[in-house]
Amino acid sequence: MYTADTAAHHDHAHGAPRGIMRWLTSTNHKDIGTLYLWFSLFMFFFAGALAMLIRAELFQPGLQLFQPAVFNQLTTMHGLIMIFGAIMPSLVGFANWQVPLMIGASDMAFPRLNNWSFWLLPAAGLLLIATFFVPGGAIAGGWTMYPPLYIQGGVAYDMSILAIHILGISSIMGAINIIVTILNLRAPGMTLMKMPLFVWTWLITAFLLVAVMPVLACAITMLLTDRHFGTHFFDAAGGGDAVMFQHLFWFFGHPEVYIMILPAFGIVSTIIPTFARKPLFGYVSMVYAVASIAFLSFIVWAHHMFTTGMPVGGQLFFMYTTMLIAIPTGVKVFNWVATLWRGSITFETPMLFALAFVFLFTIGGFSGLVLSLVPVDIQLQDTYYVVAHFHYVLFSGSAMAIMGGIYYWLPKWTGHMYDETLGKIHFWLTAIAFNITFFPMHFLGLAGMPRRIPDYALQFADFNMISSLGGFLLGASQLLFLYTVIKCVRGGAPAGNKPWDGADTLEWTQTSPPPYHSFVTPPQIKLVRGRSHANAR
Amino acid sequence: MSTPAIPSLPTPNHRRLVGRLLLVVALSFGFGFALVPLYDAFCVVTGLNGKTAGAAKGIGIGGIQQQVAAAPSPIDKGRIVTVEFIGTVMPGLPWDMQPLISKLDLHPGELQQAMYRVHNRSDQPIVGQAIPSVSPGLAAQYFHKLDCFCFAQQTLAPGETKDLPLTFIVKPEIDRDIRTITLAYAFFKAADSKSATKRVATR
Repeated sequence: MYTADTAAHHDHAHGAPRGIMRWLTSTNHKDIGTLYLWFSLFMFFFAGALAMLIRAELFQPGLQLFQPAVFNQLTTMHGLIMIFGAIMPSLVGFANWQVPLMIGASDMAFPRLNNWSFWLLPAAGLLLIATFFVPGGAIAGGWTMYPPLYIQGGVAYDMSILAIHILGISSIMGAINIIVTILNLRAPGMTLMKMPLFVWTWLITAFLLVAVMPVLACAITMLLTDRHFGTHFFDAAGGGDAVMFQHLFWFFGHPEVYIMILPAFGIVSTIIPTFARKPLFGYVSMVYAVASIAFLSFIVWAHHMFTTGMPVGGQLFFMYTTMLIAIPTGVKVFNWVATLWRGSITFETPMLFALAFVFLFTIGGFSGLVLSLVPVDIQLQDTYYVVAHFHYVLFSGSAMAIMGGIYYWLPKWTGHMYDETLGKIHFWLTAIAFNITFFPMHFLGLAGMPRRIPDYALQFADFNMISSLGGFLLGASQLLFLYTVIKCVRGGAPAGNKPWDGADTLEWTQTSPPPYHSFVTPPQIKLVRGRSHANAR
Repeated sequence: MSTPAIPSLPTPNHRRLVGRLLLVVALSFGFGFALVPLYDAFCVVTGLNGKTAGAAKGIGIGGIQQQVAAAPSPIDKGRIVTVEFIGTVMPGLPWDMQPLISKLDLHPGELQQAMYRVHNRSDQPIVGQAIPSVSPGLAAQYFHKLDCFCFAQQTLAPGETKDLPLTFIVKPEIDRDIRTITLAYAFFKAADSKSATKRVATR
């Protein structure tokens, strides 16, 4: 079956086919990577628009624009779409574009599977968006889908279960494809410990996906059978237990947050050495740190559930394992800073995003450490402190690393340099607006403002207004991002093979944009750890 | 670019690796379902999720005095535990439910009784089942119900109002830190009205 695939490559070795069928039927990792990235950008703007509506409602106390039921739909769908529609697909897009190029493979291991993995996404995305238009409106029980609310809702809940099943299948297929590509298709001479760190982070992420996405699929299947087929997994009426869903969900959910951040670590670990013009400090420790974070992610899940009535022993166990994650993460932050030390640093847009990532992600990591403390967490559970925490790790963490990665590789992907001035303006607007939006949420949470409410007590009014103003600026700045990306795709100064003089991974040995079929013969790897100096033939 | 040399892909390797990865997927899907009985077993062993045990062992209804006589719990007069009563009627059951007393101060070890008043608002006979839950969860294993309306399904005729009793002991071994226990009942609709009609007719 797969040999037939490779034989078929004879037919279109000359270049990309034209027209819509190129995209619908493409088995080319670059095309599919592009599709993933555009899809995630669209979903990013859709879920971002929901965030704008949320901030508009929270601009002042009182119910201004939405009834609580609609507000709950907005927060739920914002979270669900940002996670499953924006962050995860964009990282898979990076993997599609970059993994084969960085390991000297001609394509992904299973190109047709790759096509299917992508084209499942628009179906799932449409299904999710369509829930806004069905009777009863979109799902409103929070992105974590807790029963009993999730069992009681209308048809939108069934649609979202189906959509998440589809997204999960897509993720699992994508992950299997990535693992096989990395383990089987590396260029001769590229041993595992000579792979670029981005490839390492994706290898480990793909294993996490394969291990935990089925658990989510299992949990939402139980929701579905509870809803329609008379089972009582979570329904107390039949002896079920709603808290069990939380265990199942977070057994998936905590590795999931590392699925969203590990590839971002990989992107940052690629950008920083390039613009510091030094090899990455502590390559081996970086690999082991990522692996230990992935391992620890399986044994910390119940720190999301400290208030569900756990014995002290359980609370202590999950508190200590959670705090343990700070050690490998600290190793990574230390290594990034040590890479900068005495480097010849320049501050192009990707580097600005990477540096902001290190700084802001560390803040998010520290607030996570604060939340890991059981007595503190019991106070802060479901407050805006938690909202601030996960936006520092997901927006200034994952999303800003993704933006940095886009600027970093756009010249390679398009053959054009992006507009550096616009890129820098976009960066500063994003970084400043992000902090205006989310930093005050720490104070709101500490003062006791609960999350997922459309109205709030008067004492929270000032910080909420500041936060909303920052949010609108943050949203508007992303339009500049869209403009800059489109401008770069349409034209610009020729990038040349290697616009970044400090870059040393394999993709820079190719033309910009790379040929439709790159590395049809594997490159020779000079054996330098973590920096694949190569002579492509 | 001229016709590229196709590197021969290590197909068997692909197959074996994919096979193993699919096995991982299948195992973790199965693991999710295996967690359900594991979770129940874990909760029974540790008594963590606020579920109380059924009737105290070896006695039926009416055997209360006998059991108390056989194994008298020493009453701990030195402290007071407050028990709060909550009742919720779940959607789909047209009943009203409320405790006759909302809370009760007692010494651990004392035999106590509480009542819930339920009322069937509909014109149908309906069978309901009450599911108890104790908070904090750790108190559940010390909350012994000797008799409870939740041990059996309850049938209410159209418009009927009934007082449902519950007899319990809070065992004196309960942790001294626990000063308040909340006992919450959720009443669910248990059966369709046809069988309910039959029950009302036969009692």
